[in-house]
Amino acid sequence: MAGDLELEKPIVELRRKISELKEFTNNTEVDLSSEIEKLENRLERLEKEIYDNLKPWDRVQIARHPERPTSMDYISRLFTDFFECHGDRYYGDDEAIVAGIAKFLGLPVTVIGHQRGKDTKENIRRNFGMPHPEGYRKALRLMKQAEKFKRPIICFIDTKGAYPGKAAEERGQSEAIARNLFEMAGIKVPIVCIVIGEGGSGGALALGVGDHIHMLENSTYSVISPEGAAAILWKDASLAKKAAETMKITAPDLKQLGVIDEIIPEPKGGAHRDVDLQAIEISEALKTSLKTLASLTEEELIDQRYQKYKQIGEYSFLNEYIGVN
Amino acid sequence: MLKDIFTKPKKKKYATIPSETARQDVPEGIMTKCPNCKKIMYTKELLKNVKVCFHCGYHHPMNSKERIESLVDPGSFRELNKTMISENPLDFPGYKEKMEADRQKTKINEAVVTGSAQINGLDVVLAIMDSTFRMGSMGSVVGEKITQAIEKADELGVPFIIFTASGGARMQEGVLSLMQMAKTSVALKRFSENGGLIISIMTHPTTGGVSASFASLGDYNLAEPGALIGFAGRRIIEQTIREELPEDFQTSEFLLKHGQLDAVISRHDLKARLASILEIHQPGGNFNWQEI
Repeated sequence: MAGDLELEKPIVELRRKISELKEFTNNTEVDLSSEIEKLENRLERLEKEIYDNLKPWDRVQIARHPERPTSMDYISRLFTDFFECHGDRYYGDDEAIVAGIAKFLGLPVTVIGHQRGKDTKENIRRNFGMPHPEGYRKALRLMKQAEKFKRPIICFIDTKGAYPGKAAEERGQSEAIARNLFEMAGIKVPIVCIVIGEGGSGGALALGVGDHIHMLENSTYSVISPEGAAAILWKDASLAKKAAETMKITAPDLKQLGVIDEIIPEPKGGAHRDVDLQAIEISEALKTSLKTLASLTEEELIDQRYQKYKQIGEYSFLNEYIGVN
Repeated sequence: MLKDIFTKPKKKKYATIPSETARQDVPEGIMTKCPNCKKIMYTKELLKNVKVCFHCGYHHPMNSKERIESLVDPGSFRELNKTMISENPLDFPGYKEKMEADRQKTKINEAVVTGSAQINGLDVVLAIMDSTFRMGSMGSVVGEKITQAIEKADELGVPFIIFTASGGARMQEGVLSLMQMAKTSVALKRFSENGGLIISIMTHPTTGGVSASFASLGDYNLAEPGALIGFAGRRIIEQTIREELPEDFQTSEFLLKHGQLDAVISRHDLKARLASILEIHQPGGNFNWQEI
């Protein structure tokens, strides 16, 4: 199968052997069915062993898989009547973020997501899913619109980070991200966020201040890429694997830290193995979230969002006083 | 001379002028020539194709009557303010006569037609600007009719859809024209605060004061392909900055790229798209989430 990861090598090897044997039995009269059965049992055990014990670095690999489904893959499967709205009405249209209106289970929603490409051509158009300020401003414009028309907002998070570039700085990358965090805190309709791939830093968070934050099992969410962390901490980007383990960037870690609410399970081997099945899992999570949040008043919603972010972080106090006077 | 071989042949010195008889061979209006691809086609067939060129997809300008016929459910259009006409506030010489002549020519009373209608059974209030009347320029009546249409939409609690086509403010009404930008915007703000849905569809051309007021204030700003949309005219900008502007400057596609439009929509898809947007914004659809 195309796009197999290093960690899957033993599984791929075994699969190949099984199919060879099957072909052999088909072409000749020799009966190898007991052999095949044995191997298939072994395959099942091996898959379980590998996929149930994924290391953080393995998950990073899955989250970065070239075939990993993107926002548009889920949008086309989860929603009907999707109408993509372009432009921030100030400067440009950033194709690294898709946004629009649609129906989910027959009810109106606003959908926003980072969008990367799956091949080089599309990736160039989408700037590898790394937004400029106009992308965030488009997202905010649509959130405000959702608020006006009282429909919930669904955000798909999937970016290596906001684009580090000259033009982005000139147009106020920091302001655009900050403005989104600030405004999302006060949006009077439910916001449900789902991390579907890489959640990279401020670029991810700018679509990520919501009421419920979900994460796909093999996605990551972090203040910086493992490579970046390794470069800063140990001045060596090749220590990324170590950084991935230390930084606590996987869904189970984030759940434990109280940063996310739910983990959405993935098919064996990752979302790209069965996109339709993954879409159903996401649909279920969304349904539960939206149903729960719909029972809250506007005040309760915003207060709950406030409390949610207020309680993140850990601290303690010294016994003795250290201060300026 | 030898050097003549290497130079391009000069343009013909004399233009060929068709004789009076040849000119009358084809009666007025039967055929239409596409200004984009220069191909000639039957006007009737072109009308059936919502005035989109068969060859190059060029969107020929539509007048208000054609627009209404192509867009709303048959028989559902109820016109507002059919008889409102402009005064001559500045006593501008010849203004009244020009208006009268345009009324005769276009059979409409001003550069905008407003009314209530249904699109796929969904109620809306429409305002359709008509560039055949004084180039769709905006004076007091255009401003007032649009404002009253917005108020009507507010009163009925239905979406407001506007098709814009205008050369800008009407010079003959001076600063009163300018103030129509404010008047319509004030009305839109109140409508929007009350939760009203505004859809603006910019058609060729949408310029000057119209582009700098209601045309740009939609919850959804859409445009037809290839329309000229902008504030200051191309020639003025070129003269000011002394620089040649790109070919596609101020087209719908240019605006889309520069973040000013939600989408550019072909006239063929327009009705279906509008109906879909209206459907998503139907009241009562919101927050039945507890029942899913």
